[in-house]
Amino acid sequence: MSDPVSALGGATFEGFASVREIGPLGMITLRAKAGTAGLEAAVHAATGCALPAQRRIVRQGDRAAGWMSPDEFLLILPYGDVAAALAGIAQALQGQHHLAVDVSDARAVFRIEGAKADQVLRKLSPVDFDRLEPGELRRSRAAQVAAAFWAEDGGFTLVCFRSVAAYVMGLLSTSAQPGSEL
Amino acid sequence: MSTRLKSGGRLIDRSAPVEFTFNGKRLRGCAGDTLASALLANDQMLVGRSFKYHRPRGIVASGAEEPNALVNLGQGPRLEPNQRTTTTELFDGLEARSQNHWPSLEFDIGVVNNYAARFLPGGFYYKTFIHPRAAWKHFFEPIIRQSAGLGSAPKDRDADRYEQAYAFCDLLIVGGGIAGLQAALVAGRAGARVWLVEQTAHWGGRAPVDGDVIDGLPAADWVERSVAALMAMDNVTLRLRCMAAGSYDHGYVLLDEKIADHTPGDGRPKHRLWRMRTGKILAATGAIERPLSFAGNDIPGVMLAGAVRDYVVNWAVSPGDRTVVVTNNDDAYRTAIALHEAGLEVAAVIDARAAANGALPSRARALGIRVETGRAIAKVKGGKRVEGVEICLQAGEGSASSSLPCDAVAMSGGWSPVVHLWSHCGGKLIWDEEQAMFRPDPARPPLHQDGSAMVMAAGAANGALRDALADAHAQVNIALQALGFAAASSDAPAHTVPDEAPLEPVWVMPQGASVALRSKMWLDYQNDVKVSDVQLAAREGYESVEHTKRYTTLGMATDQGKLSNINGLAVLADSLNTAIPQVGTTTFRPPYTPVPLGALAGEARGEIFQPLRKTPMHGWHERNGAYFEPVGHWRRPYCFQRAGETVHQAVEREVKNTRQALGFLDASTLGKIIVKGPDAGRFLDMLYTGVMSTLPVGKCRYGLMCNEQGFLSDDGVVARIDEDTWLCHTTSGGADRIHAWMEDWLQCEWWDWQVFTANVTEQYAQVAVVGPNARKVLERLGGMDVSREALPFMAWRDGTLGGFPCRIYRISFSGELSYEIAVPASHGAAFWEALHKAGAEFGAMPYGTEALHIMRAEKGFIMIGDETDGTVIPQDLGLDWAISKKKADYLGKRGQERSFLANPDRWKLVGFETLDGSVIEDGAYIPDHGMNPNNQRKVQGRVTSTYHSPTLGRGIALGLLRQGPQRMGEVVEFTKRDGGTTKARVVETVFFDKDGEKQNV
Repeated sequence: MSDPVSALGGATFEGFASVREIGPLGMITLRAKAGTAGLEAAVHAATGCALPAQRRIVRQGDRAAGWMSPDEFLLILPYGDVAAALAGIAQALQGQHHLAVDVSDARAVFRIEGAKADQVLRKLSPVDFDRLEPGELRRSRAAQVAAAFWAEDGGFTLVCFRSVAAYVMGLLSTSAQPGSEL
Repeated sequence: MSTRLKSGGRLIDRSAPVEFTFNGKRLRGCAGDTLASALLANDQMLVGRSFKYHRPRGIVASGAEEPNALVNLGQGPRLEPNQRTTTTELFDGLEARSQNHWPSLEFDIGVVNNYAARFLPGGFYYKTFIHPRAAWKHFFEPIIRQSAGLGSAPKDRDADRYEQAYAFCDLLIVGGGIAGLQAALVAGRAGARVWLVEQTAHWGGRAPVDGDVIDGLPAADWVERSVAALMAMDNVTLRLRCMAAGSYDHGYVLLDEKIADHTPGDGRPKHRLWRMRTGKILAATGAIERPLSFAGNDIPGVMLAGAVRDYVVNWAVSPGDRTVVVTNNDDAYRTAIALHEAGLEVAAVIDARAAANGALPSRARALGIRVETGRAIAKVKGGKRVEGVEICLQAGEGSASSSLPCDAVAMSGGWSPVVHLWSHCGGKLIWDEEQAMFRPDPARPPLHQDGSAMVMAAGAANGALRDALADAHAQVNIALQALGFAAASSDAPAHTVPDEAPLEPVWVMPQGASVALRSKMWLDYQNDVKVSDVQLAAREGYESVEHTKRYTTLGMATDQGKLSNINGLAVLADSLNTAIPQVGTTTFRPPYTPVPLGALAGEARGEIFQPLRKTPMHGWHERNGAYFEPVGHWRRPYCFQRAGETVHQAVEREVKNTRQALGFLDASTLGKIIVKGPDAGRFLDMLYTGVMSTLPVGKCRYGLMCNEQGFLSDDGVVARIDEDTWLCHTTSGGADRIHAWMEDWLQCEWWDWQVFTANVTEQYAQVAVVGPNARKVLERLGGMDVSREALPFMAWRDGTLGGFPCRIYRISFSGELSYEIAVPASHGAAFWEALHKAGAEFGAMPYGTEALHIMRAEKGFIMIGDETDGTVIPQDLGLDWAISKKKADYLGKRGQERSFLANPDRWKLVGFETLDGSVIEDGAYIPDHGMNPNNQRKVQGRVTSTYHSPTLGRGIALGLLRQGPQRMGEVVEFTKRDGGTTKARVVETVFFDKDGEKQNV
């Protein structure tokens, strides 16, 4: 079998902030209503993280759990560990109404880094970055497409759909053009 | 003549000369000049021609309100028409050309309109172009189009880039004059998140020019100190060259920031459009001076008094050696004093009031300036520039008592607050009798979603022309309290300005002016609307100010009536014998000044104009001759062209090869939605017309989805994954819509059903492996049993192929032996290449969407969007077999029972074979006998899909025909674009392999 290839093969751009496509990253969409028995155990089994509160993302090493909606969570983990994590979730939520699917390949992931990384996103997303708290996950848009992002490690991690990866890369590099600092 | 003074000029740097051209003439200015001040410094008084009469036009103002001095700026890919010279900062190499004249600015043929002015009265367009009707299209419209518009439209692609950015703040303060600065200081100290924006390149507004003293400091020093203090505050953002274009509901504001207008080509974005969400908006937008309406008030050299003062003090430019100041207020005396102090001659101050004894007139008299009260200008003498004025009594009819030679006239009719941001979102105005101005009515502000005031006006914008600082201090405290911040404990700084006597409203000068004089009194300089035009409109019954505006075109030019509106409606009120507040104002609409379309488009141009969705194999397609077509936001290969091949030839080859050997289709765009839960089966039974709950695990079933009205909305194959999980395929363009449709029903109607959905469309790359050799290539890849027994038609299995984890659906949209194989998208490109490698010996070729369409049409399979258009129900398409008769309900069932949809006369799907083998034209109709009530030919059907079938070697078509299935064998006629018809026989919808033997091997 071939090695998994991310949408843009790790494209990068250096402007007043640096942009790079990362991944492939393991991702699971977990849908379950709050209070479902075993939900916390399932999230913990897959990521080692506690159940995230509303609009939060919790991280443990290279794994994270994000709150996407009242009955949806985004679990992030190494690409190769997804199958095992899905098995762990199935076990923890056995007999409980839930849905867990591998969406690793459906996504493209970017890192925007540098002291002015926030300015790149301020041009694309109607989000108040002054008030974006550490550990806050925002589901918003980047110009014309859906995007989710959060701040970590001195930059931002942005997730979008795989098919529009080139569009988002175009947006991020255009916004990071030197001379266009806000 | 206008010229540069030897000394002074607070905004210019004489040591930094700047070269520019005007109509090709090389001129010099200084860094810090505006284009207007630089033109005046070069004695360029004549800068353009008016729109209708082509009258000579000079610079009137010094800011955003300028109606006259508009130019074509730059050229080629940087050409911008209608640029105001007064707000254009001068830069080295600037190229400006004047507008609306032919052949030249000095000699303009169009000026004959001026002499024909009595044939071009208000409402001229309406009166003239009504009859005869035919003349409009062939004669009037082409001429009007030719002469319309001032500047020339850019033809090249814009060389600059633009961007947008989002911002949030507690308080947006618009206007960087002393009111705005004071408000920002107070709000900044209170800890609010503050934005202070100023449309010009300088802080301080008018106060430094007018000689205000604040906190014991000259205004300019106080401004400098305040800006430094604000810069030190982390919670305050300062932006120059940033114009608040409009305010909208919920505290939304659009701001246009000019970043590189004055440094073109430096690589920065030209403009940035800020999209801002504010807590409150403080409009400290100042006031605009009004012209006076006297005969010849449009001759170059007649300027606003405040502007004359600006040019002298800010840019050391004198509009003339000898100036007459004409006024109805004390403020204009500042101009007389400034001119005098600059060593220039003030011929006289003509004051319409009976007496002028305030502090400023007294000071002027003490300087030896001649002051004439109770007087007016009867007319200005001159053509392309002012030569003198005739003086008369303001109370009289305009017979001149004396004449004064001069080369400039500085006029002031009082000041009007800039209330645009207040008014954009519904703030109301009151008429201030004493100051003769409309100002914001604090009792009726524009409202926020919580009912509180959204905008506060402050300073001159609030009508506080003299107490701007104190008013801003008070207003910002109101805003801060409303936002939950503590108000300032200290008072506003001491602000010393001379006392001023009240103005006297003067709307026509002299008040009893004859028709001849009133016909030369300009209200709207750009659109050539005069006092006589508004009076004519009133006489003709246009009582509403909005009607008068449109009838006369008053205030409809690019300046949107910043100078003309109040004067115009005052004249209208007078003509109607009513009070000004009864007439009211026209509507204030954004933008305050024009915003470039480029800024509104932002980053959305070129490659990122629109998101293009790409499959994992997109790069391979690009490298292998794909001819793309848009499908939703996807780009899908229509066909793969080989060297020397036309598109049509490529499609024919792909169809034949797939039918005879092996074809690969990138089907990754197909929608894939997982539906899971104890109620999932019941849910799908409601969504689809057929039954999905009974589908065995491991099997596939074709399904149709309808909307509530019963019309066909989407189709696709559903696979049962396990006991409570289904996977629904949707059309390529329909995945997001159908996913949203599912969630809508689950969240809003059946919220208690236990069902979860997930759109996994992009998780998988999907390939249709189609043709007689399909099984051979999969067996060559190896890894799982793909035999007829192990993987029968309409079944699916998980496994591996060539080492790739995959799920294979044994389904066919072509009638051939066909496998649709889903692999994780990250392996899609590699899998696609592996297929091609393994398929080479079996004659594999990729095929595109057109071959897909032809093959499905040969088999009579419908396509959503071809056979359906939102008015077609499944029964129309002969799909009754896919509709469950047993189910109590499904979405659309009730709709389909309505009499019209159940009518046996409906157009139904049949096949058509042309008698001569030709291809029926796309969109062709089948005419019927007789005419409908609109005298149009009746129709009895239409074509929905029409192709040349490479397999059968002739034209085939699907179409809807009234009672079609009952008319097998009948010959009908299809329309052709050339007027003729194509004869075709009604046949069954399946043209090829009617028994389905090929797919089931």
